[in-house]
Amino acid sequence: MSELTSKTAAELAAAISAGEVSAAEVTQAHLDRITAVDDKVKAFLHVDADDALSQARAVDRRRAAGEPLGALAGVPVAVKDLFTTVGAPATCGSKILEGWYPPYESTVTRRLREAGAVLIGKTNMDEFAMGSSTENSGYGPSHNPWDLTKVPGGSSGGSAAAVASYQAPLGLGTDTGGSIRQPAAVCGIVGTKPTYGGSSRYGVVAFASSLDTPGPFGRTVLDTALLHAAMSGHDPMDSTSINAPVPPVVEAARHGDVSGLRIGIVSEFSGDGYQPGVMTRFTEAVELLESLGAKVTEVSCPHFKYALPAYYLIAPSEVSSNLARFDGMRYGLRAGSGSAEEVMAISREAGFGAEVKRRIMLGTHALSSGYYDAYYGKAQQVRTLIIRDFDAAFGHVDVLISPPTPTTAFDIGERADDPMAMYLADLCTIPSNLAGNAAISVPVGLAPENGLPVGLQVMAPPLADDRLYRVAAAVETAFTERRGHPLLTEAKGLS
Amino acid sequence: MPITRDEVAHLARLSRLALSDEELDHLAPQLDQIISAVAQVQEVAADGIPPTTHATGLVNVFRTDEPTPCLAPEQALSGAPAVELQRFKVPRILVEE
Repeated sequence: MSELTSKTAAELAAAISAGEVSAAEVTQAHLDRITAVDDKVKAFLHVDADDALSQARAVDRRRAAGEPLGALAGVPVAVKDLFTTVGAPATCGSKILEGWYPPYESTVTRRLREAGAVLIGKTNMDEFAMGSSTENSGYGPSHNPWDLTKVPGGSSGGSAAAVASYQAPLGLGTDTGGSIRQPAAVCGIVGTKPTYGGSSRYGVVAFASSLDTPGPFGRTVLDTALLHAAMSGHDPMDSTSINAPVPPVVEAARHGDVSGLRIGIVSEFSGDGYQPGVMTRFTEAVELLESLGAKVTEVSCPHFKYALPAYYLIAPSEVSSNLARFDGMRYGLRAGSGSAEEVMAISREAGFGAEVKRRIMLGTHALSSGYYDAYYGKAQQVRTLIIRDFDAAFGHVDVLISPPTPTTAFDIGERADDPMAMYLADLCTIPSNLAGNAAISVPVGLAPENGLPVGLQVMAPPLADDRLYRVAAAVETAFTERRGHPLLTEAKGLS
Repeated sequence: MPITRDEVAHLARLSRLALSDEELDHLAPQLDQIISAVAQVQEVAADGIPPTTHATGLVNVFRTDEPTPCLAPEQALSGAPAVELQRFKVPRILVEE
């Protein structure tokens, strides 16, 4: 690992803007790192070194011409392979989109290009973002940089693994049920699900439209906030985009402070199924927050235990509708022969993996006449009750906390053909997707029993994303001081 | 209520998925297990509770109707499996008698 790849995004942007190092050198260092380690990690599906270097040289030319540089000038970003970027493929981890080059650019990546970021490659993911391990990718799993036999989480596991293995300082993901927070937690990095509607879905291939939220990964809280700010904001091209200022996340990340903050522990998220080491670190984090001046209480959110079943009715229902567009007619795989309908059924059979098929059929069932009221309709009512639980809780606490996921990274293969076991990885993250509020996972140490990373989830009301960063920055500072070094420097998977 | 292999086969047809028999054997019990688990939502007392379709509460969102450049035909057709006369070429939709 070079000196350049170990720097934070904030340090790199400052050094590039000051002319201490060129953007091209920074990009080259990260490309070298990718060459050195990605045959082990398998974070990337597509890297175009020439394109990345040409983006970097454009930043260097702007600097040489004295033009103003953006907040992420010359900083490499690993992009989950469901964002459309012109000039690169977007497979969404699916064989049905193998070789597809999108003809238009997503709003999020357009904003990052404008901020000077270098889009260094497209990262692996569970097919169409359905999964918690990257094992549902049509291109094979990514590996956890802490232990290559473990999953990096998912669905945005490629971006998380890329950031955790210093192949890029920043990563883009999407979080529909936990797909940023859970991989961040199990890879020992920071990941945020912004408020729904805070970041645009234009050019993000749809999984479950009422839940999908693009968001940032970083190795530090400040880096994550810088990416969060650069990618966010109102977009007329997304009708669910919120027309409000981006919460002051960078300012909050620079001033971590929890003194006087009212913090609620979600009492439903503990007990059976929670790994002891995860709870040990959670309890330690609570004690730390109290020692820093927070007022911590327990809060009951009685409907949260129904969040997982409600999610697995709502998300598949939206999937069955959204994925109907993959019909083999206008783009993507076309297989077989016969009538259009026969070709469609054969193409979808050949192009989709098992989890996608399960969810399409589950959603088709939940929306069927005769089952609609009992399944989809009821799940939507439960969604209202979960929002009311949050509203009641945020009436007397500023943020809620819980573990982000019940366990540390599990073995590749362990849950691959056991869908219900896989779904449990998102037990604690799903409520924030159903309610559309903001949540973050920040590292709080290693589980004593296996030495793998554990995160802390912080949840805040919609458009109060800055609170996440205020808490996460305080936690990061205190734990780094206590340990004497950043947690990630202890990762042994690549040494 | 349990879901049978025949019902799963019906769902596959509705979903336009030409599943093989082996896949059907594999997926049917998994779907049954998932459906029994998600049926838990039926325990919740929710009479009179309005449904939530999405979380922002936004309704009737408009933007200014301004003409902007759109994709050129070559761009729109760039991913097509088959093209003829600047159009998507598809298999026949109606089957001959």
